[in-house]
Amino acid sequence: MLYVSKPIPGERTPESLRPLARPSFIVVDDVSLSYGAAGDELALKGLSLRVAAGEFAAIVGPSGCGKSTFLKLASGLRLPTAGGVIVADKEVAGPLKFVGMAFQNPALLPWRTCIANVMLPLEIVQPFRSRRRRDYEKHRARAQSLLERVGLPKAAERFPWQLSGGMQQRVALCRAIVHDPRLLLLDETFSALDAFTREELWDVLQSLWVERQFTTVLVTHDLTEAVYLADTVHVLSTRPGHIIHSEAIGLPRPRDPRQRFDPRFADIVFRLRQKIAEARQ
Amino acid sequence: MKRRLEEWLAPALTSLLFIALWEALCRMLKVPSFILPTPSQSIVALVTQWNVIWPNARHTLLTTCAGFLISVVFGLTLGMLFGASNTVYRCVNPLLVAFNSIPKVAVVPVLVLWFGIGTVPAVLTAFLLSFFPIVVNVAAGIATTEPELVDVLRSIGATRMDILIKVGLPRSLPYFFASLKVAITLAFVGAIMSETVASNEGVGYLMLAASSSFQIPLVFASLLLVAFLGVAMYGIAVLVEQYFTGWASRIDTRRHSSIAV
Repeated sequence: MLYVSKPIPGERTPESLRPLARPSFIVVDDVSLSYGAAGDELALKGLSLRVAAGEFAAIVGPSGCGKSTFLKLASGLRLPTAGGVIVADKEVAGPLKFVGMAFQNPALLPWRTCIANVMLPLEIVQPFRSRRRRDYEKHRARAQSLLERVGLPKAAERFPWQLSGGMQQRVALCRAIVHDPRLLLLDETFSALDAFTREELWDVLQSLWVERQFTTVLVTHDLTEAVYLADTVHVLSTRPGHIIHSEAIGLPRPRDPRQRFDPRFADIVFRLRQKIAEARQ
Repeated sequence: MKRRLEEWLAPALTSLLFIALWEALCRMLKVPSFILPTPSQSIVALVTQWNVIWPNARHTLLTTCAGFLISVVFGLTLGMLFGASNTVYRCVNPLLVAFNSIPKVAVVPVLVLWFGIGTVPAVLTAFLLSFFPIVVNVAAGIATTEPELVDVLRSIGATRMDILIKVGLPRSLPYFFASLKVAITLAFVGAIMSETVASNEGVGYLMLAASSSFQIPLVFASLLLVAFLGVAMYGIAVLVEQYFTGWASRIDTRRHSSIAV
């Protein structure tokens, strides 16, 4: 059941940002996924979920509930044991080719400079791949402008180990979107950062998303992060995971940090928190 | 620059101290030269009999290098296969461990039976003794690729080959070069061992011939030269390692970044 929070009087959500009015990009239909040698350990069971094209969805839930597993399903890295996953109108049968991913661990290549790390997807994804020699300068400029967007104008020639954890995560974010992915999957990407860096990166991500409108699924255990960034927040149950609550966040865009201290914001966070507490019991 | 000098000076002094101690002990205890010659006697022998030692040493060096090169090619290939495919690893690894447990000195007579006395068994022994650490290290380097990185690449359509070339191989380079340092010294040991058992050329053969005619200073002169060559080969391996994998020891190698794949 979708719970739509009351529109805030005097503020209007733009039509284009209302998620359910748009066609679905990800459709997960009654999916189960089992682990283990015998296949008897269920990670997900009866999970159904829709993410609209261009929507920013967040998935929250108790730890170990299969949040990351969901991302593996959505990217085709794992196939469901039962049920179906449709992404971009096609049944997922193997790894997709248009995804950008970022994890809690930046996972940069230590032998490459930052800009070379950002350019990695351009060496693999078509059509960039076949033009990578001819358009090298163009690709480089593209990576450089992204680094500037995330606040690292001078990091291009530096190696990852010469940067702080927060800076490395910014580079990882650039790598996740440099090839203009149609789907961005973020797995606890901001969890290991200090509070200020984290909040700064929320705004960086939001502005990139507003500008490029890639469909995004963010897995997180930080409810403030989920509510601040997402159009819809889905709450996953404990194992085996399924959606127990979906909440459309009616806050206007672009969101700005002050909204986080608004009582209406706190209401939503509180409600989600209770849902998770229920799920844990 | 000062620090560089110290870096060289300290180990050089230790070696000199060791040699001085050896010299002093031999002289004080009046050890006869056919038991343990002093370093000075050995060096004199090295200089006076250079024309005998050097051709043999050069032969051993070439034999070692040949065996070592085969090791590198074979070790890299098998290591990559092991790292890339768990099935291959599980199937072949027990066999490899079993083979590696066989004392190679016992294999030399068999090699001689197959290939005759001389260079071929020495090259093969050098190879057999030195390839194992390369295989194990390269496989470990590739197998420990971060799963997140593999996910990132697979979800943008990278093939297994892409992942191996972009991530697995560069990642295993530090392991590979670390193993080269072990392998080169093992290759030396293998070559000399085989020459001792069955050859009429090389340092191993020379030492055996010299000791059977009680020319012990000549034996030690050969040993000193072999030790020196071993250190030199090790040093070359270290330099190559630093050049290619400065990133792993966090040395700024930006001017070499063009070699990154």
